[in-house]
Amino acid sequence: MAGVAPPGTGTGSGIYRGNGPRLMLPVWAFIGIFLVLPVLLMAVYSFLTKEFRGGVIWDPTLAAYDKFFLDRGLFGDEPPVIEWTYIGIFWRSIWQAGLATLFCLVIGFPTAWFIATRDVRTRSAWLFLVTIPYWVNLLIRTVSMKFLIRDTGPLNEFLLWTGVVDGPLGLVNTNLAVQIGLFYSYLPFMVLPIYAAVERYDFALSEAAADLYAGAWTTLRLVILPVVRPGIVAGCILVFVPSLGAFLAPDLLGGAKTFMIGSLIEEQFKGAAGNWPFGAAASMILLSIVLGVLLLYARSQAKGAR
Amino acid sequence: MAVATDLRRFAGFRAMTVLCLVVLYAPLIIVAIYSFNASSSITRWGGFSFKWYVDVFTGPEAPKFRQAAINSFAIATGAALLSTAFATAAAVAMSRAGRFRGKVASLALINLPLMVPEIVTAVASLVFFITIGFTTGLMTIFIAHIVFCIPFAYLPISARMQGVSDIYEQAAMDLYATPWQAFRLILLPLMAPGILSGFLLAFIISLDDFLITNFVKGAGVETLPTAIFGSVKQGIKPNIMAISTLLLCVSVVFVTLSWIIGRAGQSRK
Repeated sequence: MAGVAPPGTGTGSGIYRGNGPRLMLPVWAFIGIFLVLPVLLMAVYSFLTKEFRGGVIWDPTLAAYDKFFLDRGLFGDEPPVIEWTYIGIFWRSIWQAGLATLFCLVIGFPTAWFIATRDVRTRSAWLFLVTIPYWVNLLIRTVSMKFLIRDTGPLNEFLLWTGVVDGPLGLVNTNLAVQIGLFYSYLPFMVLPIYAAVERYDFALSEAAADLYAGAWTTLRLVILPVVRPGIVAGCILVFVPSLGAFLAPDLLGGAKTFMIGSLIEEQFKGAAGNWPFGAAASMILLSIVLGVLLLYARSQAKGAR
Repeated sequence: MAVATDLRRFAGFRAMTVLCLVVLYAPLIIVAIYSFNASSSITRWGGFSFKWYVDVFTGPEAPKFRQAAINSFAIATGAALLSTAFATAAAVAMSRAGRFRGKVASLALINLPLMVPEIVTAVASLVFFITIGFTTGLMTIFIAHIVFCIPFAYLPISARMQGVSDIYEQAAMDLYATPWQAFRLILLPLMAPGILSGFLLAFIISLDDFLITNFVKGAGVETLPTAIFGSVKQGIKPNIMAISTLLLCVSVVFVTLSWIIGRAGQSRK
């Protein structure tokens, strides 16, 4: 039936030449007006003065960024010192997201490898099993995890029953619970790109390594990992970026002590205690970090392609 | 070759895979099991019962959940239809319209909803709607959902288009078909599996969204995820586990359909 495009046809042609802009118009309009414009508006708001019941006064100031980075004392007249509260929240978020990425990699790589080396027929079934949770509602997954690990939940009951522990674990509202939540939320994101990379891996390389008396683990370290690196990097980005701005896992599984960027931003826009310019500034800083990571990624991919 | 299979094997990788799947499925399966618990205490097993499912449809909170479900499914259907149509047009432009101004930027724009952190999109949309004086409600949820569904619809559609040669359309054009006829009669049927796959994924993504919806929904308007979140804040109740299990089934059915359609499309090549 539908032929696979031979090289050089299909993509380059222009049957609908001249209609490009017209065909792109809905996407340009929707994403332009309802995403690019709002983000630009946030950038502007981060330089405005806060209005007390939520909102802004059109009076340009650096107050929001000043509040984020500097502490000028209760009355704002002391010499500025670095304010660690918000930097600390960002640092904790980066740390938590990084740790989640590491754990996902440790579990995700062997899984992706194992699936990619099954024979063709069982491979898609394995892959499908990993894909399903990816499409299940994240809220439901997070709530399920909370149900499982809380003090009166099945995990605790089971551990008490087996005698492994003699009291409740007290997991919920700790950094560890948030960590478990992030790991659980984004694990499939790690498996899929690594799987795609391993599937393209040429096993002649492994055979060559074996011929030169490399052991399995040496081959893994010196041959396989460098070759499938683009997939690993892609997986790490796909886990790290959403973990950094995650809201559900810290909110449902964590407590006040496990505050992350997502909750900090949310708080500024919900209710009367909010501070829009400050929330906008925090959003801009988060967005800059994410775009920075993506830019580094794009550059490393471009270098790999050369 | 025995040697070749040995090279593919690493000690412990199978165990890790099993661990991965256990971690992914255990919480969902346990919640599904407990949703059939007859006991009102959600941790003690009191026998098998459908009573929480009955409660979801007839209990005191039933009207709230029914309205939330109607909102969720209406928005998901509408947002998936429009985002799929937009993504189809975009895919045709990107692969069949030759060069045009802004083509490179267009690809970045399509993927932008995946790159901006969800919390930033959520608060930026809220602030934008308030600033332009657009009352938040079903309409704002609908618009926000179309935006973030576009990249998900675009992925399978453009992947499918890359695999469809344009010789059939060229032939149609040689026979004096207009570009619109070539699209409608030739390209569209060939792209159908990709478009259907894109629609189903966009539908699921819309149905699943909590964070952005929670910000732009306005007072009193609920979708299923925001209603569930509101309930869970007061503790995990058995009826929530029943709803979660139902929603889980919907997701699994849709993803399975999308998978089967995608495979059928591939095997016909």
